[in-house]
Amino acid sequence: MSPKLERLSQALQEVLGDRVRSLVVDRGEVTIEVAPEDYLGVAQSLRDHADLCFEELVDVSGLDYSAYGNGVWSGKRFAAAVHLLSVEKNWRLRVKVFADSDDFPVLDSVVDIWPSANWYERETFDLFGIMFSGHPDLRRILTDYGFVGHPFRKDFPVTGYVEMRYDAEQGRVVYQPVSIEPRENTPRIVREENYGDVGHG
Amino acid sequence: MAEIRNYTINFGPQHPSAHGVLRLVLELDGEVVERADPHIGLLHRGTEKLAETRTWIQSVPYMDRLDYVSMMCNEHAYCMAIERLLGIEVPIRAQYIRVMFDEVTRILNHLLGIGTHALDIGAMTMVLYTFREREDLMDVYEAVSGARMHAAYYRPGGVYRDLPDRMPQYEVNKFKNANTVRQLNESRQGSLLDFLEDFTNRFGGYCDDYETLLTDNRIWKQRTVGIGVVTPEQAKAWGFTGAMLRGSGVPWDLRKKQPYEVYDRVEFDIPVGKTGDCYDRYLVRMEEMRQSNRIVKQCIDWLRKNPGPVIADNHKVAPPSRERMKANMEELIHHFKLFTEGMHVPAGEVYAAVEHPKGEFGVYAVSDGANKPYRLKMRAPGFAHLAAMDEIARGHMIADVVAIIGTMDVVFGEIDR
Repeated sequence: MSPKLERLSQALQEVLGDRVRSLVVDRGEVTIEVAPEDYLGVAQSLRDHADLCFEELVDVSGLDYSAYGNGVWSGKRFAAAVHLLSVEKNWRLRVKVFADSDDFPVLDSVVDIWPSANWYERETFDLFGIMFSGHPDLRRILTDYGFVGHPFRKDFPVTGYVEMRYDAEQGRVVYQPVSIEPRENTPRIVREENYGDVGHG
Repeated sequence: MAEIRNYTINFGPQHPSAHGVLRLVLELDGEVVERADPHIGLLHRGTEKLAETRTWIQSVPYMDRLDYVSMMCNEHAYCMAIERLLGIEVPIRAQYIRVMFDEVTRILNHLLGIGTHALDIGAMTMVLYTFREREDLMDVYEAVSGARMHAAYYRPGGVYRDLPDRMPQYEVNKFKNANTVRQLNESRQGSLLDFLEDFTNRFGGYCDDYETLLTDNRIWKQRTVGIGVVTPEQAKAWGFTGAMLRGSGVPWDLRKKQPYEVYDRVEFDIPVGKTGDCYDRYLVRMEEMRQSNRIVKQCIDWLRKNPGPVIADNHKVAPPSRERMKANMEELIHHFKLFTEGMHVPAGEVYAAVEHPKGEFGVYAVSDGANKPYRLKMRAPGFAHLAAMDEIARGHMIADVVAIIGTMDVVFGEIDR
């Protein structure tokens, strides 16, 4: 671990204390996991504390763990991974927060702390169906007007459920159930650990 | 007196200066914008979901189609993410080739960005000149990968192949006579590096031409100075990166601050703006092109002197050469397994970011050890920039909205993904 990452992990532990559920340093990146009830408070300290200074929110990514490792996942299903950047200190951090409920995932919105979260949270809501309470304008953003479902969930087929075409008889665009079958050219395979021994070959 | 009321108008999705498929709902008080609500997603293809159904290497060409004016930089972030997950080293020659093509891409992107920005706000000539230079760089792309735009040249572990010794040449046809063809082929007699070096020698003069056209142009200044001012604090809060952040006076560039590949071995400077308006961002981009030109020159120099492998020697990740594949049974099996089942990437997650011409382009990849990504998230710089449209455009005239879209350099391939 480089001295810089060590300094960052130390600062995180000092400032956040036991609000950090886990702190992982892997491949030169620091990831902390926080509980959903602490999320907003942690976000505030991450931005405002002089030792951390994460003034930029770079990305929010939804995650659906339901098919992880061919079903070995036992934790919560939905999570958001927030990538933060400190321009002043020149370091990055990933904050992961799992939603309590698998059926109706809700997380706090950090729009008031980082305005850039606005569209990222809209996107995460649109694609994963994770709600952000306190978001001022939680509309769909990437999918079509009137779209039903959350396409990036693992149980949503790649082909979708409806397709759109122009109907010459009715003189308008109509929606109908998809006419193509989902197919898989290359099966998804999880091999045993160290398969092929990459990295030492 | 007549009743005064606000208007709501639709700008796009097929307006020529909307840079693609942006539908902008503008609430106007007379000609002043009260609220701008961008509707995006008209080009949403679900790249991230598609990538989950493909092997790691099959998704490389999808990356070209994200930001389709800076193709190789997208591939770069993706390949870097895979390399970090695997923990493999890229040969030094491949790193130089990548840096060189990143900078060629940056010039390509800024040429299009500045050219069309000028076109949008009334300077027709610019785009004609910038596209002339783009043509040369497209030829470089084509010579190295076979494709003018969607190159798929960067691969996990290096680049697809070494630089060619010969530059393709024009042939006489019914549109071009022997004399024209001879002129066009003058710089194409040698290798790709010779052609590119000739271009870098010419390019400084081209930049001067652009500056004559725009920098002191009264109309250009009237349309850009003081328009779309972003303070450094705002820029950070809105998640700006790249020229949008540097235009506001924040000296932040990943190539300097968190160097990747061989950026710490080449010399270049980072231009920074002062006022954070459209004009400053134009000047920043202009200077960035000159600096990129400088980096390309240094890379050409190094690449001339140092031959070597351009892709990792690990055949679980990178394919063996065609020759060896056809002569050796084990290599044949490697080749077959790599292109059917694909490589297996150890479980873990990684966020790899590069200094894309538009800002920070990041790839967040989560792997569970399978031959396909478990989740792939692309962090597109334009997404964050466009999200701030409402606040930047508020209080400006409707014609300035076009200038602001131009200065953001939005491309919908990356925003809608």
